[in-house]
Amino acid sequence: MPGYLDAATAAPLHPVARQALVAALQDGWADPARPYARSRQARQLLDAARGALADMLRVRDDEISFCTSGTQAVHLAVLGGLAGRRRAGGDLVHSAVEHSAVLHAGEWHARAGSDSRTVEVPVDRSGRVDLTAFEAAVGAPGVALAALQSANHEVGTVQPVAEAARICADAGVPLYVDAAQSVPWSAEPADGWSLLSASARKWGGPPGVGVLVVRKGTRWVPPQPVDERESGRVAGPPNVPAIVAAVAALRAVRGEAQEQARRLSALVERVRTTVAATVPDVEVVGDPQRRLPHVVTFSCLYVDGEALLHALDRHGFAVSSGSACTSSTLRPSHVLAAMGVLTHGNVRVSLHRDSTEAEIDRFLAVLPGEVARLRAEAGAPAR
Amino acid sequence: MSPDVAELLDCRGRRCPLPVIMLARRLPELPLGAVLRVLADDPAAAADIPAWCRLRGQEYLGATTVDATAAYDVRRVS
Repeated sequence: MPGYLDAATAAPLHPVARQALVAALQDGWADPARPYARSRQARQLLDAARGALADMLRVRDDEISFCTSGTQAVHLAVLGGLAGRRRAGGDLVHSAVEHSAVLHAGEWHARAGSDSRTVEVPVDRSGRVDLTAFEAAVGAPGVALAALQSANHEVGTVQPVAEAARICADAGVPLYVDAAQSVPWSAEPADGWSLLSASARKWGGPPGVGVLVVRKGTRWVPPQPVDERESGRVAGPPNVPAIVAAVAALRAVRGEAQEQARRLSALVERVRTTVAATVPDVEVVGDPQRRLPHVVTFSCLYVDGEALLHALDRHGFAVSSGSACTSSTLRPSHVLAAMGVLTHGNVRVSLHRDSTEAEIDRFLAVLPGEVARLRAEAGAPAR
Repeated sequence: MSPDVAELLDCRGRRCPLPVIMLARRLPELPLGAVLRVLADDPAAAADIPAWCRLRGQEYLGATTVDATAAYDVRRVS
């Protein structure tokens, strides 16, 4: 998939996922909850997938519920976690750079009334959460749940989840971790959290599989109708073939994670240094050390980010942007704004197992000319 | 307390990056110490004007509201 540099949105389907999906469509299409042989076969596939994922995440099988997207998993984690702690309070504490799915769930929750609030914790210029402010927010009366991502999806900065977990434990507040960007790298936090979510398309599984983990002892109340499926947390028949493919892909991806992390980190470093050297007035954003191995983000001064995306698309490159200069989305990225960095001219490059050095070099060769052209068109001042 | 504003730069209706470009073109034409007030209704300006000041070594004085439009005050210091 040459030119596809948007793995942090969705990684290309892993070949293992493709094989497993075809096989599971053959053997696992039936409803897994019926009393006949066809159903039992689907049930066995689903149970095996759940068991394998539980081993990888070091949790119990019945703590895992599959749902239909990472976004749905986020909503269920946040709203179910808040509902379960209703008697303790109504406040959701979250970092200012959480995924918009967390913010949307928070806004939904806040509609319930004045005793249901969201409390935003600031981040530093690298996007790392301010732990002093986090501690103060979590320690305040009326906090039902705290949310902190394992790593930021837009700029790659890894969050201090272990420290946040200690703070939450001291305050007696459950912690929800959005681990979507870290699970593919075996980098999700081992313990200290009550709720966790992930998304299969981030690791090369098929789209349409989300993972919700609710640890034993966590008070979690369904925020929507449920049935007997998925430990009573997600209603409706699970997509067994997609789940089987997703878990097979994750096992393969985690097996090669160390090697890929080394390789992709080197490519990311090449982007960081080359962009800074060849594009004038550019700011590479996010923590340079404590970061995801496959994400690099930069903002080009005086450039319309979406126009740059379209220009790169014409060269065959798919990247993402936190800018909102021309689109119907009026608001620029809340992540970049919270960090205090430029929101315009923003480009996120995110790599995957098929990304090559030649591809990155071609991208780096094309970029400076396109930036210069867009600056000239916009009437940007000379340096 | 409101700073002594030397000039108003009207960027209403301009989307990013134009308000920042207009600021970058106009500010160096003012004397050192002068304050330029940028009127901008593009929400990106709230983040991008302070970030530009940081990158360019100019002094960002803060945001205010003029006739229901956001305004950002910048002092030329270099």
